[in-house]
Amino acid sequence: VIDTPPIDWFGLSPMLTLAGAAFLALLCAVLVPRGVRRVASASISAVGFVAGIVLAVWLYVDSADGHTIVAGAFYRDRWTALGQIILCAIGVATTLLAFEHIPAWSRDADVARRDDHVAEFFALLLASAAGMVFFVGAANLMVLFLSLEWFSIALYVMCAIDYNLEGSLEAGLKYLVVGSFGAGALLFGSALVYGATGKISYDGIATAIRSQGLTGDTFVVVGIALIIVGLGFKMSAAPFHMWTPDVYEGAPTTVTSWMASATKVAALLLTFRVMTTAFPQNQHLWGWAFAIIATISLVIGNFAALVQRNVKRILAYSAIAQAGFLLIGLSTGSALGGRALMYYLIPYSAAAFGSFAILAARERELGVPVTLDNLAGFGWERPFLGVAMWFFVFGFAGLPLGGGFVGKFYVFAAAYQHGWVWLVIVGVLATLVSLYYYLAIVRAMYMRPSEELQLRPGGGVAVTGGAPAQETFLHLAVGAALVVSVGSLFAVQPLIDLARDAASALPL
Amino acid sequence: MSQSYLTSVLIWLPIGGAILIWLLPLSRYATGSLALLISFAEVGFWIRQAAHFDFAQSGLQMSQQANWFGDLGVSYHVGVYAFSLWLVGLTVVGMAACTAYGFWVGRDRARAYFGLMLLLTGATVGVFEAQDLVLFYAFFEAMLIPLYVLIGVWGGARRMEATVKFVIYTMAGSLLMLAAIVVYGLQAGTFDLVDGPQSGSRWLFLGFMVAFVIKAPLFPFHGWLPDAYRQAPPEVAAALSGVIAKAGLYGMLRIAITKFPDPTVFYRTTVLALAAAALVYGSLLAFRSPDFRGVVAYSSLAQSGLIALGLFAGTDLGFDGAVLQMVAHGLISISLFLIAGAVERRTTTGEFRLLGGMARGRPALATLLMTVGIISLAVPGSASFAGEFLILGGVFQRAWWWAAIGGGAIVLAAMYMLRLISAVLHEARGSTVSDEALDLRPGELALVVPLVAGLLFLSAWPAGISSHSFFGPSPAAAVRSQFK
Repeated sequence: VIDTPPIDWFGLSPMLTLAGAAFLALLCAVLVPRGVRRVASASISAVGFVAGIVLAVWLYVDSADGHTIVAGAFYRDRWTALGQIILCAIGVATTLLAFEHIPAWSRDADVARRDDHVAEFFALLLASAAGMVFFVGAANLMVLFLSLEWFSIALYVMCAIDYNLEGSLEAGLKYLVVGSFGAGALLFGSALVYGATGKISYDGIATAIRSQGLTGDTFVVVGIALIIVGLGFKMSAAPFHMWTPDVYEGAPTTVTSWMASATKVAALLLTFRVMTTAFPQNQHLWGWAFAIIATISLVIGNFAALVQRNVKRILAYSAIAQAGFLLIGLSTGSALGGRALMYYLIPYSAAAFGSFAILAARERELGVPVTLDNLAGFGWERPFLGVAMWFFVFGFAGLPLGGGFVGKFYVFAAAYQHGWVWLVIVGVLATLVSLYYYLAIVRAMYMRPSEELQLRPGGGVAVTGGAPAQETFLHLAVGAALVVSVGSLFAVQPLIDLARDAASALPL
Repeated sequence: MSQSYLTSVLIWLPIGGAILIWLLPLSRYATGSLALLISFAEVGFWIRQAAHFDFAQSGLQMSQQANWFGDLGVSYHVGVYAFSLWLVGLTVVGMAACTAYGFWVGRDRARAYFGLMLLLTGATVGVFEAQDLVLFYAFFEAMLIPLYVLIGVWGGARRMEATVKFVIYTMAGSLLMLAAIVVYGLQAGTFDLVDGPQSGSRWLFLGFMVAFVIKAPLFPFHGWLPDAYRQAPPEVAAALSGVIAKAGLYGMLRIAITKFPDPTVFYRTTVLALAAAALVYGSLLAFRSPDFRGVVAYSSLAQSGLIALGLFAGTDLGFDGAVLQMVAHGLISISLFLIAGAVERRTTTGEFRLLGGMARGRPALATLLMTVGIISLAVPGSASFAGEFLILGGVFQRAWWWAAIGGGAIVLAAMYMLRLISAVLHEARGSTVSDEALDLRPGELALVVPLVAGLLFLSAWPAGISSHSFFGPSPAAAVRSQFK
């Protein structure tokens, strides 16, 4: 007889809520008439995410002393709770965006069948979010792997949900194949670590490595390396990034927004916890490994972005480069690094989400993929979205228009405190290279007359057969992202206090 | 100090005004009027600040401090010293003139344009008032963003190359400065400029200096300058050379020289050599330049060199002269660029071979250009004569040959400025100068005349700035004691 462990239902409530909402949204797909299906499933999604935020905030307040629950399977602490708050907030914004932009707007799309799979989409969105909020709190390697597969499978389907769209199926398949490879590496690494230590819980592994002197053990070292590879795929850090541009480009832009912000938050927060909790004895190894991965990401992401014309691909490479910056904070493995990582993720995810959301608006107007050429004049035609994009890309570039500036400052400070001035220099030079393509986006939006454009703006209107869309919800989502991105520049202290409390749950 | 709110108001009033202008759907005329009103209010607030400034008191005045992110020791800390007071004054006056010029010529996309001009004003004032390194950096970078768009959208035909070059050059310097700021601040435990200790690190000194010599600029870091000054709209070029470039020189004084005394001594000869090279090379290029703006652009390079010469002389006279010359050259350069804009509007070109003979029938234009030109070539009795004399005296105390180079360059200044005046005003009438090309209109006069009046006032009383820039009898001692 297996003893049932005591279960802290409240500690699990955010993912239970999201999973429940996913279930309801799925029911919508069959029970609710097509005419109101979009409204109904989007409302369920929004309510689910807002409830997730409320519960996660409650958990944050209530979990000052972090501990594991459900037989050591899951962490109930502030690191988890803050991560869940960020993820659910991105979920709310994604719901707003998806309401008007799923499926994606394209010239080939069949307008009559637009609402066919909308409820399934929200179900998948909620399911992937549930997986992610589980993932950030995983306390052993088994839960880690299961929750990773959970949200990954949902994401594979989300990428391919516009199956009549060229690229969407391809993106889904590519992500599936490459993602499975990453998951395989992670599982293999976990097996090796388990084989060496006989433990699957993080602190059990750490204790075993310490007490049995396994720091240099081949199985442990190779296991860590494979775990890093597996997580590297999820956070789209180079050299595990090759799927990123294709998948980001091919997936419906709403899904790209969600992946670029939420997946990265979940993967980076979890990686920091695994490394600092399970493998503190091997910090010299993984610290260097992540520093090198960060460097490669910065180099590849920035240089590859320079030659792109498709704006989604530019932003995809920019996401790889940004992973490099975030990894600088992670690689230090210090309290300051953890704080830097947590803080930086807030403006980063807002800007990543917002910039892709703006591309979704432009795609809808044109009905074709957005390139630097057909972005011409966008800033003047849609002033609010133009200004928001301006803030987002300059925030990515680390100019003081948003929290990205302070985030970069913090990760550089963490690297310096760790004694890695070279990493600061690498980051600085990478920022300089990145300016060229970030400026190219602003230049395309503002400094080229829209007469140069062969496609008439508003070309997408013909596809929908109506007046130009109001896109109220998209504006709301972008506005919220803008407020977070810019607000985090001014409200640094409160956010850093939150991040510090969260990081204090980790054994740093 | 009870008037310390003025320091923050001067920064945030224009930034708030910019946001207001972007949000309110006003007509072009109303937008321009509102922007102008805010610019004049800035001047008014600055006059109030200057009136309440106590020159007999040492240390930072009208300071305000608030926590920004305390765990790294970063705060919102602003305040003014006497020399920053003058630079803030130059900024608000200069930017008011440039904004008014934009209103006068009726720039299209008015809300975007005036918002950006106000944003630029606020950021530049912020640079001169910030007393925290991270805040300083934030404002230093924030200046770049409106400039990029102002040049890129309203600039000339080759504006794209100009903006890319300008931004990449400037950011290359600033990012190295960011690395230096991180290292300096974490070593010192605070990013505060007032409390921060002096450092002996040569690497940090170089990290800061790279940013400042590119912004100023000094030879050989001026690659961005000719394109940016030629392609920018005239009033933006005026702001860039008259006001923004001064941020680089201010940074040398406030941070590089003050916080790094030993590296300053170590690299003194190098910097002086670069400054002298900028002075001579800039003057020669100005003399060879085929167009109005080219002359003013390269003369700005030369003047930056001259001011850096004064700053790095490290003597009492040098510091006094440098601050005076920063203000005097700022006013000269803004006036000249605005006049260049007026000429280009009338003739569609600034090229000398197509200009000439504009003095006939256009007395106001001729008088103003002549006056500014003569002040600019440092005729005895003018403000820039006083400034250059002090700088050369200061650098002479360091070594006589620096003063000799500087004196030689002043002869060159006379040559290029007289060439400019005669090529535009005199000689045979140029092919683009038609009889319909009017004299300066009242609106244009209202922009330039106050600037020239300021120059004449400084010419009459240069000690108004040169004796009121540092506390105590010895500026060098004030710098050594970090203005405490």
